[in-house]
Amino acid sequence: MSPLSNFEGKMILVCCGTGCQASGSMDVYDAFRQQLADNSQVEVKTYTKSTGCNGWCEKGPLVKIMPDDITYLNVKPKDVPEVIEKTIINHKLVDRLLYRDPVTKKRIQSHHQIDFYKKQHKIALRNIGEIDPASIDDYLAVGGYGNLNKMLNHMTPDQVIQEIIASGLRGRGGGGFPSGLKWQACAAVDRYPKYVICNGDEGDPGAFMDRSIMEGDPHTVLEGMITCAYAIGASAGFIYVRDEYGLAIKNLTEAIKDAREKGYLGKNILGSNLSFDIEIVRGGGAFVCGEETALMASIEGNVGEPRDKYVFPTEKGLWGQPTIINNVETWANVPVIIAEGAEKFASLGTAGSKGTKVFSLVGKVVNTGLVEVPMGTTLREIIYGIGGGIPGGRKFKAVQTGGPSGGCIPANLLDLEVDFDSLTKAGSMMGSGGLIVMDDRTCMVEVARYYLKFLAEESCGKCYPCREGIKRLLEIVSRICEGQGQMEDLDLLEDISETLVAASLCALGKTAANPVLSTLRYFRDEYVTHIMDHKCPAGICPSLTEFYIDAELCTGCTLCVKNCPVDAIVGEKKEVHVIVQDKCIKCGQCVDNCKFLAVKVR
Amino acid sequence: MAVNERDLDHQKIDQIVVSYPNEQRYILAMMQDIQRHFNYLPREAMELIAEHVDAPFSRIFSMATFYKAFSLVPKGRYNIKVCDGTACHIKGSNVLIDQVHKLLGIRPGETTEDGLFSIETVNCLGACAIAPVMVVNERVHPKVTSSSIITIIKSYGGEANEPTE
Repeated sequence: MSPLSNFEGKMILVCCGTGCQASGSMDVYDAFRQQLADNSQVEVKTYTKSTGCNGWCEKGPLVKIMPDDITYLNVKPKDVPEVIEKTIINHKLVDRLLYRDPVTKKRIQSHHQIDFYKKQHKIALRNIGEIDPASIDDYLAVGGYGNLNKMLNHMTPDQVIQEIIASGLRGRGGGGFPSGLKWQACAAVDRYPKYVICNGDEGDPGAFMDRSIMEGDPHTVLEGMITCAYAIGASAGFIYVRDEYGLAIKNLTEAIKDAREKGYLGKNILGSNLSFDIEIVRGGGAFVCGEETALMASIEGNVGEPRDKYVFPTEKGLWGQPTIINNVETWANVPVIIAEGAEKFASLGTAGSKGTKVFSLVGKVVNTGLVEVPMGTTLREIIYGIGGGIPGGRKFKAVQTGGPSGGCIPANLLDLEVDFDSLTKAGSMMGSGGLIVMDDRTCMVEVARYYLKFLAEESCGKCYPCREGIKRLLEIVSRICEGQGQMEDLDLLEDISETLVAASLCALGKTAANPVLSTLRYFRDEYVTHIMDHKCPAGICPSLTEFYIDAELCTGCTLCVKNCPVDAIVGEKKEVHVIVQDKCIKCGQCVDNCKFLAVKVR
Repeated sequence: MAVNERDLDHQKIDQIVVSYPNEQRYILAMMQDIQRHFNYLPREAMELIAEHVDAPFSRIFSMATFYKAFSLVPKGRYNIKVCDGTACHIKGSNVLIDQVHKLLGIRPGETTEDGLFSIETVNCLGACAIAPVMVVNERVHPKVTSSSIITIIKSYGGEANEPTE
């Protein structure tokens, strides 16, 4: 049931997150609006709303119909007349648009009954997909800003801080530092003005939870920041968002304007002594700016280089003033803690990590999208229970967590209960919560090379170990991928990595070796195969790969012939196909498309 | 008419710059707006920003070269962004980059001679669930393959050569 239950008629919620928009959801939204207005047979009152990301981007565009609680998947504009005719007018289901359970083969009416959603527990994402992010009234209707009054009139700043401390909330941006303690430290500094910053510079490739929150529920971020402003006595706030996140910037801008009009931002908020306003700063596309001191340098209008943190930002942050900086997901949790109490929040999760965590589950997994689960949920539950396992009958190889600074976790650790500490122990980290699933078609050496290339480009160059160390690691791993590696290279990789960890200035450099170290730790044999046998078992490194078709398995379906972009596969229908090696560009389309696993690597 | 032949609209640059207060913290925003309008950051614009906020030109230049979003040379009319975030990468974005090179003869950072296309790689557009993703100007193309990319480029008027060795 949508929390917006106070209406008569039918509500059509069209998901207009970036994923669904790319799949054409705006056309679907327009089609509903127009055709509902034109159709004289529609007797009930209808509301068509565009919502934020439902998380299940793979199945987009998603359309939900309330109060019937119907979820339609992969809806195209041409489906709209049928949905109006059958569902809106005649209260019948359009079966083919419903989710089909892969096991029972039954159609399922509501997304609430689908494993992908059923097994999630939403706190930070609670409103996303349920409300129109551009409407402050929607946010108010689900109880948003409802506790500001209570807080401003009945709680002291210290009580707010104690509540956050008691909740056990830890920073969701990667560091995992207890948020309440950070606020307490900042509140104790008697120097004004103080600042509150929202870190929306989501730079980890493969992670998009912050984007979804800013797009789909911008007011919750504002409410979290207002709460903190009250607790520490801040007068100004900044939201630093990647410039690439156009929709997030648009929705946040709108939200700030609406919140000002209603008196939740500005001078004397709700008649109290708190005066606080927020402005948006667009990021310039530098990964290192996700690091808090670099981010603050960027807001000040400088090159985004980090500084050493012997004095914390809580004391000397933006323009040298006391500053609290938290990431988007952290802010989204704050209003819930104030509304429902610390105890309830802390009842979820593990001993050291409370509440839930949003993960972006992507890569080689059936259900890709955003999932929010209690801390301590196992990787197996996330990847198989919610994610539906690996597509195409392929084999799970590893899951990469924590972005470029994280690591790869192998199959034998699938039962690991995920929280801040367990991931660090396994040689990876929580990071901002990307979970990238990899199968036997992913080359672990190449994955390490990929992250090193990323980090080498993103290193700001201020400190020597990071600037030079990552480049050297990249050179070594690259030559292994090209078949020029030596066994001694593996020792050298570990040696340089050690220096990076010990001597780099900021977290970017300190953790840059994780992709190398974790793949060396769990997938050393793949490195050895590259070096000694000159083979890439996954068939990814072009110079070490040759594809061939197994004559026993090939059914002659011609799918690979059709998909080959360079016409390198020959063979008649129902006869065994052959790959012409001279023409093959090793793109792997044939392997990924073959339903009979007949294309092999040698 | 190729982009780089276009006469610079000085009035527009001026208009963008003075719409911001003359404070250092707005440099990034000014540069972003100019880049959005002109598809690159002309030197004249950087000079004007330096003057407006009373900072040395070198400071503006250092920011323009530090932040990835800026290009000091004009981009094509259609700017292709191939996402090379992790999810896209393991689903074959490097194949797409090679394919664009085969089709249009340009590598990341380059522009075709007719000024029609340019290509760059970006680190994650946050659309990982529909990987691999390619964006042409503002339009997102989901689940691109080395075959479908040919159709996409043609739809923008690119005379994509059929891939030949």
